Amino acid sequence: MSEKTIQEEKRVFMTGNEVVAWAAIAAKADIMYGYPITPQNEIMHYWTRLAPKYNKTFLQTEDELSAGFTTVGGVMAGRKAFTATAGPGNTLMQEPMSMAEMMRLPTVVVIQQRGGPSTATVIYSQQEVTLTTLGGNGEGMRIVYSTANHQELYDYTIKAFNTAWKYRFPTFVLGDGYQAKMREPLTMYKPEERGVQIIEPQAFVGLAGVPGRDRPPAHHRNTYNLEEELYEKVSHDMAEFERIAPEVAEFQAENTDDAELVVVGHGVVFRAVREAVNNLREQGHKVGYFRPVTLRPLPVQQIKELSAGVSKILVVESAYGQLARLFKEVAYGGTAEITHLFRPGIGITATEVEVRVKGLLETGLRKPRLRKASVG
Amino acid sequence: MAPQPKMPRSWRAETKPHKFCPGCGHGIILKFLGEAIDELEIHDKVVFGCDIGCSLLSWDFFNLDSVQTHHGRTIPVMTGIKRARPELICIAYMGDGGGYSIGAQHMVAAAARNEKITAILANNTQYAMTGGQMAPTTLPGQKTETSPYGRDPEVTGYPLQGPEMVSAITPDGAYVARSSIGNLRQLKAALKKALENQINGNGFSFVEALSSCPTNWRTNAKDTWSFIENEMSKQFKVGEIKAPGAVQGEVG
Repeated sequence: MSEKTIQEEKRVFMTGNEVVAWAAIAAKADIMYGYPITPQNEIMHYWTRLAPKYNKTFLQTEDELSAGFTTVGGVMAGRKAFTATAGPGNTLMQEPMSMAEMMRLPTVVVIQQRGGPSTATVIYSQQEVTLTTLGGNGEGMRIVYSTANHQELYDYTIKAFNTAWKYRFPTFVLGDGYQAKMREPLTMYKPEERGVQIIEPQAFVGLAGVPGRDRPPAHHRNTYNLEEELYEKVSHDMAEFERIAPEVAEFQAENTDDAELVVVGHGVVFRAVREAVNNLREQGHKVGYFRPVTLRPLPVQQIKELSAGVSKILVVESAYGQLARLFKEVAYGGTAEITHLFRPGIGITATEVEVRVKGLLETGLRKPRLRKASVG
Repeated sequence: MAPQPKMPRSWRAETKPHKFCPGCGHGIILKFLGEAIDELEIHDKVVFGCDIGCSLLSWDFFNLDSVQTHHGRTIPVMTGIKRARPELICIAYMGDGGGYSIGAQHMVAAAARNEKITAILANNTQYAMTGGQMAPTTLPGQKTETSPYGRDPEVTGYPLQGPEMVSAITPDGAYVARSSIGNLRQLKAALKKALENQINGNGFSFVEALSSCPTNWRTNAKDTWSFIENEMSKQFKVGEIKAPGAVQGEVG
């Protein structure tokens, strides 16, 4: 494989999908298996254009089931294989990712969310949070990075390969159609130049030597004869997942210490949240923001502290409570009142968030009025 | 003690006796696959993949690197390995459900792309692991758990002719044969040729093997053989269907 990748830092202006393709090259990915679906197509388009120049390969499969399973095969063969999908493709991808999860395979999948179910809108939503974090017939032992801008698409695509091969859990980069399609400036760099050590892949099958003579054969399975056997396997992996969770979990927060209200958002919605919170601060309101960068595992400790330390939390998302459900589960036991602004499938502006926060701050000053229950 | 038949070298003695039901055809197919691997001396290059269903019981059958996959997904997993490491010899082992029903799109696409892997499919005319339901290969009139009055082709169609379909859609370089556990010489020759075809880098290699399931067929030894040799072979013609540079219809 060619070692020639991005040689020096470069300021560029490009679409998110193009960024992902370049980041995969920078992360020394070897092979992409993919199936077309909007809005992630250009990841494949750019990858297929870059691939021959960097001695990389590509296979366009017959569907996402196959794209996921060929990725599993590529990873087992010891190559840095990845795929990308969206919406109904993400639904199909849950089957191969269930296999990867149980076999502890370092698969990397980039998801550019779109509205659902099925075709719905092809551009934008945050409705693939539940599916990506907890999909499949397993326990959701995955790592999911939710990006907010193109720089992060570059950074976290590189990071996803390292995280996957380090911890051997399926790793996802969760973007969306806006990030996929719009152009934005960012800095591309060679990971090593910034001290990011690229983790080398290792083969699961096709190992050196004759199996049964020089070494035991590598036997990989997701079939268990007894429930107890499965229990032991899942318990072991889950314990490991929980052990690594605090070191994998990432978040971003500001002005939460003295805040009366904290706004929570992820992905591109976080951009509106941050802008709204900054504006409100300038106007003298005691508000802050909290953004989980990893949606799985969540930054549990920080969410618990937050929910015990502020009086109100507003969860903002372009879905009907997919983040809120995950958040509330972790925040359970805290004293904060958790409320929400849900806009499934559409974007959210900073102004909308500001208006909502002001409304909540005002109601917070009023005394609650009890209404008499009326009968009949 | 009577002398025991010799196991292929590629078999894993620790996992024998194997887990298949008495009278099951899988053990026979896997025996000749093992012998073919032995004779070709490719132990260190083979990756063996099996499906969900009875074929999964072969996950630790061999002294070979093996992957047990999901139902119908063995072909894409092996394709993924082969594309990433072309020097490996990838074998996708499945039943008629995994190849012709739930995994049919993968079979079709891999055949059309001429993926340089070897697919081996045990056809026992029904789903065995799940308790004997109708399969794409169930014979007309055959009783299964989901065709209790016998398969009616007017309602559920005729048995799928897998190798004929694969033969029709594969480009040059493909090797396609139908074999039977009732004709061991031909079965072994076909398996060996299917592997050689991959070693030579020609294209997709596919062997369907007519197999037995006395458990779900509820047959004794005599009726089991009779069903394979008299009933199944009427519907499914045994022989070589396609081979690079060979006269079709001939087989060793």
